[in-house]
Amino acid sequence: MKPFTRLTSRVVPLDRANVDTDAIIPKQFLKSIRRAGFGPYLFDEWRYLDRGEPDMDCTNRPINSAFILNQPCYFRAQILLARENFGCGSSREHAPWALEDYGFRAIIAPSFADIFYNNCFKNGLLPIVLDAADVNALFLQTGPGFQLTIDLATQTITTPYGATLHFEVDATRKHRLLHGLDDIGLTLQHADEIRAYEARRAVEAPWLFA
Amino acid sequence: MEPPEAGCSLSLIACSCMSGKTLYDKLWDAHVVRCEPDGSTLLYIDRQLLHEVTSPQAFEGLRLSHRPLWRVKACLAVADHNVPTADLEHGISDPVSRLQVETLDGNCAEFGITEFKMGDPRQGVVHVIGPEQGATLPGMTIVCGDSHTSTHGAFGALAFGIGTSEVEHVLATQCLVQKKARNMQVRIDGQPGPGVTAKDLALAVIGHIGTAGGTGHTIEFAGAAIRALSMEGRMTVCNMAIEAGARAGLIAVDQTTVDYLKGRTYAPQGEMWERAVAAWMTLRSDDDAVFDQVVTLDGAAIPPQVTWGTSPEMVVPVDGRVPDPEAQADAVKRESLWRALRYMDLKPSTPITAIAVDKVFIGSCTNARIEDLRAAAQVARGRKLAANVRQALVVPGSGLVKRQAESEGLDVIFREAGFEWREPGCSMCLAMNADRLEPGERCASTSNRNFEGRQGYGGRTHLVSPAMAAAAAVAGHFVDVRTFS
Ligand code: SF4
Repeated sequence: MKPFTRLTSRVVPLDRANVDTDAIIPKQFLKSIRRAGFGPYLFDEWRYLDRGEPDMDCTNRPINSAFILNQPCYFRAQILLARENFGCGSSREHAPWALEDYGFRAIIAPSFADIFYNNCFKNGLLPIVLDAADVNALFLQTGPGFQLTIDLATQTITTPYGATLHFEVDATRKHRLLHGLDDIGLTLQHADEIRAYEARRAVEAPWLFA
Repeated sequence: MEPPEAGCSLSLIACSCMSGKTLYDKLWDAHVVRCEPDGSTLLYIDRQLLHEVTSPQAFEGLRLSHRPLWRVKACLAVADHNVPTADLEHGISDPVSRLQVETLDGNCAEFGITEFKMGDPRQGVVHVIGPEQGATLPGMTIVCGDSHTSTHGAFGALAFGIGTSEVEHVLATQCLVQKKARNMQVRIDGQPGPGVTAKDLALAVIGHIGTAGGTGHTIEFAGAAIRALSMEGRMTVCNMAIEAGARAGLIAVDQTTVDYLKGRTYAPQGEMWERAVAAWMTLRSDDDAVFDQVVTLDGAAIPPQVTWGTSPEMVVPVDGRVPDPEAQADAVKRESLWRALRYMDLKPSTPITAIAVDKVFIGSCTNARIEDLRAAAQVARGRKLAANVRQALVVPGSGLVKRQAESEGLDVIFREAGFEWREPGCSMCLAMNADRLEPGERCASTSNRNFEGRQGYGGRTHLVSPAMAAAAAVAGHFVDVRTFS
C-alpha cells in the first residue's frame, strides 16, 4: 500500500449527497478478477454518455462534458470534495480501487458510509470527515485552481487563504497509512494470541469448532 | 494469555460501565482477541461466507504472499451474483461472468473450502443459504464480502459486510481489526395490520431515520412487532439495516430462532445442541442496558411502503404521493429530490397508486425465502399479469427454497398467472447476470436498493414487499394490497 503523508492538490467538488458505490463503479465492472485498472470506469454512468462495459477502451467514448470530473480544470485532481453519506451501498472495494486508480488520494465529506470508510484505509486513500459547515465553506471556495494541502501527521488541511482545519483519524489507521503497512502482517504478529483465544473459546462454545 | 484488558471494549462508551450490556456488547466482548489503547480491536471471526465477486483478489493476495488459510472450516462459499437463472444446462454465456465463477470454483478447490456450486440444490444467494444450512448460528461473528451480511444478525449473530482486503485478512488470520460501533435500538411495538410485512417495517424505519441514520451504530431491532416476526421476516429487517447506514442489525435470540435452527445441517446436534441452546438464550440485551440512541415506531401505524426515488429513504406509504421538492427548505436536499424525480421520470405529488410498472422482480436476499414466495403467490393465485407488465420474474433465494415452493405448488400458481419461475441467484437485484431492466423501464422490486442503474442502466426501481410486488404485477400499477381484491 502507498503511504500517505502530505498532499497538495486541486479539489474536485462533487456536489451530491448519498453518492453510492454503484455510482462510483457500476456493477458490470465487478466481474473483473483483478484489482487494478478501474480508474477509467470511475463514475462511469455520469462520466460517459454511453454504457460502459468491462475492458472497454475509454479513449473514444462520448463523454458527458457537464460532469464535473470531465472539466479540464479538474484533471489530475487528487482530492475529492463530497456531500454526506459518501460511499453508501454495496461493500465493493472496487469503489476505493477505482478512486485510487483514477488518482484520488483523499476524500473530504461530512460523513461516509462505514464499510467504504474502512475500505479506503486499506488502499492508501484518506477519507476525511469535516463538519457540514466546513464542507459547505469548502464547496463555496472551490473552483479552478483551488488547492488544499492535507497533512496526515498533523491531521490538518490548509486552504490557499491560510486557514487551517483539523480532522480526526484514529491512531492505528493513521499509523498504518503514514507508513503504508500491511495489515495482515501486523495481525499475524499476534498469532499466538489468536490461537489462545481459539483454545479458550473451544471450551466455552465447542459447537463453533466442531 | 492475558485476558483482554478490563474495560477495553467499553472504553468508548463510558456511560455503559455501570449498566447492563446490550446484545451487541455481549457479542463484541466474546470475540475480542486483543485491544489497543485507542480501541482498535482484533476481533475473532467465526464464519466467513464467500462469493465470486468480492473474493478473487483476496485469494490472489494470499497466493502472492504465500499465506495459508487460518481455518478452512470457518469458510463456506457459493456463487450467486453472476449465475444465470434460466437455461442452466447451457452454463454461463457471458465469458467475464463465467471466468469469475470458475475462479471461485478453482480457489475453493485449491484451498479446500466447501462450495455449493451451480446446479447444487443447496446453491443460492449467500445470505439465504447460510441460515438455511445452519451455518449461521447465534453468538457467532459472521462476515462476507457483501454489505447485506447484516441479514444474519436476525439470529443474534454479529454479522457485517467487509471489503476484499478484509476478506483476505480473515482468510489469513480469522480476525479483523475493528473499532466498536455505538449501540442503537429500534423498537417497533404495536402489531402491524394484515398485508403489512417485515419489508414494510424495514422501509418505514429507513424512511424515518434516513439512509445514514444508523451510520456508526449497530442497530438492535426490538419490540413486540419484531418478536412476532418469523425468522424469514427478521432476516428481511436485518438485511435492510445496511440501507439505514448500520453495518450490522441484530435481533435477540428466542424460541423462534431456536426452532428455526433445529436439525439444520451445520447446527450442533444431540447433547451439544442442548448446550448451545442454553448459551444462545442469554443472547439478548440486559434489561438495564443503555443504548446510545433509541428510536421508537408504532407498528400498528405502518402501512405498506413503496419507494419513489433513488435511495431507500425516499419512501412513502402506498396511499401517499410522490413528494414535492419545492416543499423542502434545504437547497441541497431539494436538488437531490429533483434529481431523483428526474431520474425516476415522476412528477411531484403523483399518487403512488397511479404509477404503472413495466416489470416485476420477486427475489433477492431481502425477500426470496419461502414465506416471501407464499405471500406473493397468495396474491397471484387465480390472477393474470396486467397487459402492460412485460415481465415478472420470481427468483427463489436458493435451490432448497425453490424445491419447497414447488412442493407447495407455488410455481404453478406463478406460471399460470404469467410470472417466470427461475433458478436461484441474485438476478435482477443487481443485474450482473442477464436479468435486468432496460433503460427507462420501471420495476416493482422486492430487493433492497433503488439506486440509479442498480437493476440495469437507466432502470427505475421501486422497492416493495413481495405481496405488494405481486399485486402491482396483476394490477399493472401500485395498489394497496390491503384493499386489493
Ligand atoms: S441478492 Fe442482491 S443484495 Fe443480496 S447479495 Fe445478491 S446482489 Fe447483494
